[in-house]
This record gives sequence, structure tokens and C-alpha cells, in this order.
Amino acid sequence: MRIELQKRAGGSSVFAVLSPFVALLLTVLAGGIMFALLGKNPVFALYTYFVEPLADPWSREQILVKATPLVLIAIGLAVCFRSGNWNIGAEGQYLIGGMFGAAIPVLFNEWQSPLVLPLMLLMGMAGGALYAFIPAILKARFGTNEILTSLMLVYVAQQFVDWLVRGPWRDPKGFGFPGSKQFNESAVLPSLSSGSDVHLGALFAVVAAIAIWFVLTRTLKGFEIAVLGQSPRAGRFAGFSAKRLTIFVFLLSGALAGLAGISEVSGSVEKLDDKLSLGYGFAAIIVAFLGRLNPLGILAAGLVLALTYIGGEAAQISLGVSDRAARVFQGLLLFFVLACDTLIHYRIRLVSRLPKAGAA
Amino acid sequence: MDVWISIFISICAASTPLLLAATGELVVERSGVLNLGVEGMMIIGAVAGFSAAQATGNPYAGAVVAVFAGAVFSLLFAFLTLTLVANQVATGLALTILGLGLSGMIGEHFVGQPGIRMEALVLGLDAIFYISIALIGAVSWFLFRTRAGLMLRSVGDSHTSAHALGLNVIRIRYLAVMFGGACAGLGGAHLSLVYVPQWVEGMTAGRGWIALALVVFASWRPARLLVGAYLFGAVTIAQFHAQAVGVAIPPQFLTSLPYLATIIVLVLIARNRRLTMINTPAALGQPFVPDR
Amino acid sequence: MKKTIFALAASAAALMTTGAMADGHAKTKACFIYIGPTGDFGWTYQHDQGRKSIEAAFGDKVETAYLENVPESAEAQRSIEKFARSGCNIIFTTSFNYMDPTNKAAGKHPDVKFEHATGYKREHPNISTYSSKFYQGRYIQGQIAAKMSKTGVAGYIASFPIPEVVRGINSFVLGAQSVNPDFKLKVVWVSTWFDPPKEADAAKALIDQGVDIITQHTDSTGPMQVAAERGIKAFGQASDMIKFGPKTQLTSIIDEWGPYYVSRVKAVMDGTWKQQDVWHGMADGNVVMAPYTNMPDEVAEAAKKTAAAIKDGSFEPFTGPITKQDGSVWLKEGEKAEVGTLLGMNFYVKGVDDKLPQ
Repeated sequence: MRIELQKRAGGSSVFAVLSPFVALLLTVLAGGIMFALLGKNPVFALYTYFVEPLADPWSREQILVKATPLVLIAIGLAVCFRSGNWNIGAEGQYLIGGMFGAAIPVLFNEWQSPLVLPLMLLMGMAGGALYAFIPAILKARFGTNEILTSLMLVYVAQQFVDWLVRGPWRDPKGFGFPGSKQFNESAVLPSLSSGSDVHLGALFAVVAAIAIWFVLTRTLKGFEIAVLGQSPRAGRFAGFSAKRLTIFVFLLSGALAGLAGISEVSGSVEKLDDKLSLGYGFAAIIVAFLGRLNPLGILAAGLVLALTYIGGEAAQISLGVSDRAARVFQGLLLFFVLACDTLIHYRIRLVSRLPKAGAA
Repeated sequence: MDVWISIFISICAASTPLLLAATGELVVERSGVLNLGVEGMMIIGAVAGFSAAQATGNPYAGAVVAVFAGAVFSLLFAFLTLTLVANQVATGLALTILGLGLSGMIGEHFVGQPGIRMEALVLGLDAIFYISIALIGAVSWFLFRTRAGLMLRSVGDSHTSAHALGLNVIRIRYLAVMFGGACAGLGGAHLSLVYVPQWVEGMTAGRGWIALALVVFASWRPARLLVGAYLFGAVTIAQFHAQAVGVAIPPQFLTSLPYLATIIVLVLIARNRRLTMINTPAALGQPFVPDR
Repeated sequence: MKKTIFALAASAAALMTTGAMADGHAKTKACFIYIGPTGDFGWTYQHDQGRKSIEAAFGDKVETAYLENVPESAEAQRSIEKFARSGCNIIFTTSFNYMDPTNKAAGKHPDVKFEHATGYKREHPNISTYSSKFYQGRYIQGQIAAKMSKTGVAGYIASFPIPEVVRGINSFVLGAQSVNPDFKLKVVWVSTWFDPPKEADAAKALIDQGVDIITQHTDSTGPMQVAAERGIKAFGQASDMIKFGPKTQLTSIIDEWGPYYVSRVKAVMDGTWKQQDVWHGMADGNVVMAPYTNMPDEVAEAAKKTAAAIKDGSFEPFTGPITKQDGSVWLKEGEKAEVGTLLGMNFYVKGVDDKLPQ
């Protein structure tokens, strides 16, 4: 027996909608088996994971907080991926964005003004975009592989921010622990409603999702992205420049990752420390695929992935399942999403091995 | 023991896991596949090697199991990207995430247990070290001196022409990916059986990603890979010596050097057309679906 | 659909609470936030042993829970908050940098008791701080090191230049100099609490630099294994690491949190819990030395004598005369260090061969 793929003309619209749900279902099933193997009641385990966090308003808030950076980053990545540009260095752009934005409250710690916050956000976006510009220009000018350069830059960014918060930007009163001074109030991103942990970043994520969705589906730019992503040759005939688009999508996704970074720094942490890099830039790749590279889909996908984090904590507390389970879930989810995506573009057929196929 | 010899041995220990994982990835990339799951395969190798050594009492059995575990784990990637033509970048990341989580779960009961050290054979160095050196030679010979190596490289350069010539692109890539998994698994086993004979969650600590960087840094040439891995190992060890004699260089600066160097190498090979044509697998990361 | 899910959730939640009230009154719930994995066999492992001794002491009258690998950031805030909301009566946060999140949560949840390890901020009446005088054990280790070392140089693998760590380094050096005034200490900072291969690399570098005793203020057993491989002696950290170096470990400072944790949970049960700030040491049984192994009897005897003197209060490591690294006098003959200076210690004493990172 052998698996053979047959290309569908134009892809299956049924599976385009269905595939993320099939993937989710498969993940939940696989998760149930995993819990059973661990000797836990699978129904109760899955309940703690996926339902318990939704039942409690505070947990729901935490899901929103967690989903915010994931969604912001994933939207930018979706635009990149659609245009055939593989930016996998969002983690670095997120960090540098956070660092650029934090520069204002760290260096001018006393400065209190309504100008501080907008400036920080702009700096954050600029920082992320600038950092994304490096792999973009290298690709456009020299044809350098952007997957590798953007990935390498993640590690450079991690080391650089680490050096800053342990060195020049360290709080002198922090007992030698890495981390800057706490920001003053005017540098803290306000909550959506008082007493809530959900900060303005969540609103940015929603606005970005709608705006990018509009650009992708209703404008010439969206058309350009789609054409060049599907077939660079066809794009050239249509008069589009692949190089210019590479720069554009990297700047856009870098700016969004940077916005995610500064929102996290100023809305959640309220200082720059060495724990900013929690892998959101990589997790966002899962989100982008789970959302089928559609900004509105990503909005939902971000919430699903955030649920696996929050549910993971709930499971740790009430089941004694370690936090590794959450990671296994995320890996499985991405696997199933990718596998199910195949169904959209290909018909899968099991073919019995033909006797003449000596080479097969 | 002479101090310099002992420092050299420390450098060998620090370089071996990197070299092994990178050797495997070099072959994978030469076949035109980009597997970003090296970190995941390494950590699976580390936990599998440790648990097998604990179960049998024999570190060599552990290493063998690690090789198999890495190869089997990489099949997951191969099936998705080669058979189902899923995106290689995303699948590789999934492999890393899954590997880190899964290894933590498997290893939960081994935490806090002293492992069984694979003792040094000759000159204070262990079997896995010698294998890593032999392997890089063997891979170099295989790629450039054998017919099978030529086939593998041609698949990596253009799968369509290789297919037209009657090569089974998918099968060759399957084998390459599994070889990569096996090497990464052995590299992981070096960590849990030689480096620090114990199991600790996440003990690969980003070494898989460094291995990926090294492959590019070496511009897909085995000899340069050897140099790159040992340079990196030397820097790792040197930072502590620098501290102990009172020289303070920010360690973060040293740590980011290999990544920066890799970017520069990438730019250089991309600018120099001839170098690029010779070394870069042209079909790297591109999906292949045989027409029927 | 949505409605049924929530109904299900509510009934399941009800089920769980009734389970907790089996004998008519609620169990006391003690919860722990850990910085590392419970299996680090060092800092977090010992706190988790403390948690287990609560379970052993009170049986089914208590319930415990923990979250491990919690980063010291917004994640910590959420984890503590999650505990405070899930019915914990007392929450132990076991790392210095949980200080601000713990205080913040204490303000929001006046009914929950908070216990923060190694910190100093107590902004609300429902938060206590606690720590142990591990430096007392370091002094004994220094004495042993000076007697056992042939090269007269020991190596110290240090994590972060916080007062806790600097205090340990100084105490070690003072102990060593009480035996050999020319004793030297080399320090390597690894900027991590837990990374076995990295700690192992640091240990190798120190040994190659000529030290023949390794001690560490990081939590993994990596350095112990390197010392064993190279055939030199080493001190364990936080827990008894003899399994990792049967012929290597001289002794180890064991963090014994059990008695404190049991007493605090008992206080919550009895309703006598009050805010406090404690700094227990060897006398209280919080700092325990592992058996003195791999050394001649007279060295072990001397170590036991020092330990006894520290326990009965007749001796304290930070007693003058002590000179700072820069040559200025810190403590005059017979003068004892002030607690405030110890808590904020940011200078080396004479004999440390390192520049304190600022």
C-alpha cells in the first residue's frame, strides 16, 4: 500500500473550512489517549484542559491576555506566509520591539506625560519593523535565505536584550537580578476596564485582524500578495515586484510583532526583564496555520492556543499533570493542522503497489 | 594531566553534540529538505538514551536506542512533509515543540537519578566523540565520492530533474531525514550519557538550533562543519576561562557570535554566485509531488 | 451549546468542592509556586520535600498543590492569582523575584496568607517572609575546603550577584582563611540557577584553572558529576547529592523547609497565623549539614565542633576582625555584623579572587 496525492483543481472549499476543526478534534482525541496512558481519567482531564478555564470569568480574561501577543504576531506572519516569505524570526522582532519601546521609560524613568505611551508604541513598532528589515533587505538584495537569517536574528536579539537587562539597563536597586526599573504609571498600557488584566493590546489585536483582513481581501495590495505568493512568475507579468513586496510584508509583520512586544512589556510586565521571550513568536506560527492564514481565523486560533496554556495550568493544579502536557498538545495540534491542510489541496488515495513499479 | 589537554577535552565534549546533530542536518539539507526539528530530535535522543541506559545498565545500549529513537521520531516529520507535502518550516517547529514536551513527560521519573556514564576510551575521550569524527569523514566521502551521494545531492539540487532521471526522490529524502534524526538522537545521547550523565528537562538548551546555524555557517561542506562546531565549542569553554582569570567579556556577546557569523556567511555565499551554485542545495525547503 | 458547557462546568465544580468537604469542614489548602522543576534535586526539590512533609504531618486534613517552572514575570503574577482564586488558604512563593507579584496578590486577597521566601517586602498584613542562614553552612564548608585542598584554591560556581550569593561566598572564604590565611577562591558567574551542562562547563574550566575543590550556588548536580569524573572533591547544594558523587561529596548544605512549612500551615489551621519575618539557621534545624564524608576523621571532627558552636550561638561567621576586598576594615575585633548589612551584602571580603559584577 502506498499513499498517493492527487492535486485538486483550486482546492476543496469544504476542507478549507473543515480542516482546522478536524485537526482540533484529532488533537483532543490524541490528548485523551495521552491522559489515559498517564493513568488519568481522560474525560475529566480534557474537561479541566478545555472547559474549566472557559467557565470562570477570570480565566477567560487570562486567555484574552495570553492570546493578545499570539494574535498580533500571527496576523503579520500570515501576510508573510501568504506572499511566500518565510519570516520565522517573529520572536526576535517581538523582543526588539519590546526593547525599543521600553527604552523611553527605562532611560527617562521620571518622565510622566500622556505622550509617553503613544511614543512607546510607535517605538515598539519601529523596532520590530527595523529588525525584520534585516532579513528582508538581505533577501531582496542578495537572495539570502530568509528562513535562516530571520531565525539566527532571534538568538542575537535574545542575547542582546539579556545583556541589556543584566548590564546597562539593570535596576541598580534590583539586588543584581536582571531587569529594568519598574515603569511609572504613564508608561503602563491601561486596562480595557478597571480592575481587569486585559490591556489595550487586546483591542490592537482585534483592530489589526480586521484591518489586515480588509487589506487582504478587498484591496489591490491583497491581490498582489496572493498572486506573488501563488506564482512569482505570474506576479511579474502583472507588473508586481516580488522584492518590494518582500520588504513590505517583513516590515508589516515586524511592526505587528514589535507592537505585541511593547504591549506585553508595558501592559503585563511593566518593566523590561530577561523573561520576555516566552516563545510567542514561534507559537504564533501554530496560530497562523491553525487560523488558515486568515486574520479572522487567527483571532479564533489565538484563543484556542491561549486556552491550551491556561488549561495546562489548571491541569497542573487539579490533576498533577506537569506543564509538559501543554507543550505536547501544541505540538500535536500543529501536526494535525498541517496534515489536515493536505486535504485541502490534494485528494489522498491509497494505492496498492503495482508490480511494475520497481523504482517506487 | 596537562592543562591544555584537559581544556581540549572539555572543548571536544562541548562540540560533539553540536557536530553530530549538524552532520545529520547537513545530509538532510543536501537532499533538499529543511528540518527545523533538530532540537526536538536531540532531546528525544537524550531521554531515550538515558532511559535505555538505566534500564539495561549499559550506556552503549542507551546510545543505540537513542539513534533509533531519533530516527523514528524524524519519521513523523518525513511522513508529513514528504508524503503529505506539509510545509517543512512549520512541521519542523512542530517536531521541536512536541519533542520538548514529550521528552519531559517520558523523563519525569528519571529526574534526580544519577545516570550511567559512558567512560572514556582513549585519550580521555568517549566512543561518541570518535563516532562523530569518523562520521563527518564518512559523510564527506559519501557525498562527494559515491554514486549514492551524487544521487542525494542531485535530488537536493533539482528534484524535478532527479525525478526525470528515474531517481526515487521521496525515498531518498526519507532516508536522509532518518539519518538526520539518528545523528541528532546520538548527539542528544552524548548530553545525557557523557556530558552530564543525568536526565534534566530541556537539557539540550538550544543546541539543536545552533546545529542548524552551523550547517549554514559551513555552507553545507562537511570539513567546514567540523571547524565551525569546534570553534563554537571553544568559545563556550573559553568564556568561563576568561572569567576565572578575571577577563570580563559579556558572555552574551560571545554567545551571539556564531549566529552573526552565520548571517554573514549566508550573505557571502549568496553574493558569490559560484560558491552558491556549488554548495547550496537549490531545492532546499521546496515541496515535491511526483506527477503521475 | 455554550449553556450546556457551563452547566457541566458548574456541576463538576460543585462535585469537586463537595469532595473536599468530606468530613464536614473544609481542608486547609497549601499551595506552592516553584521557579524550577521539582526534580532539579536542588532548591525546588527541597521546597517540594517541605510540601510533602505537610502532607505527611496532617494527612487528609490538608490538600496541597504546586505549579513548577513558573517564570518570574507576568506568568508568576497569573499563577499566584490562579492559586488565590482556586481556594488556597496559604501560598508559598519560593523565589526572590516573586516578591512584587506576591505582594500584589496579597493586597487583592486579604483572606489568603502569603509566604514569600528570601524576600524583604511585606506590604500587607497577610504576607510573611522567611529565609535561612545558609551562610552558616558555607563557613563550615570553607574550613573543610582549606583542610582538604592541596592547591589552596577552591572554585565557586555562582548564579547571580545577589546578597544571598555574595554572603555565601564571603562566609566560605572566611571559613577557609580561619584555617589557611592565604586561601584563595576563584568565582565563575553562570547567570542561571539551573543549567546542568553550563554548570558542568564552568566546573571544568575552574578545575583546569587549578582549583581542587568545587562548590556551587546553582542548583543542579552537574558540577558534582564533573568533580567526580576529574577525581576532586566537591560540596553539594540544597540537597544531599551524595548519590551523584559517592566518592566526591564532602558534605552538603541541606535546606530543610519542612518544619517551617508544617508550623505555618498549623498556624493557619489554628487561626493563629500572624505576619512575621524569620531568618532561621542551623539552631532552628532549617540549615542541616549532610554527613561529612570522604575526609579524614579529624577534619570531620573540626567541622562538627564549628557546627555545634554555631548552633549554640557561641560562634557567628561574620564576627570581626574582617577586612573588605579593597583593604578597608569592615568589622573590628569581636564586632558582629549588623543584620541589615548582611541582608544587603554587596561587597567581597579579602581573599576572593574575583571582581564582584556590578
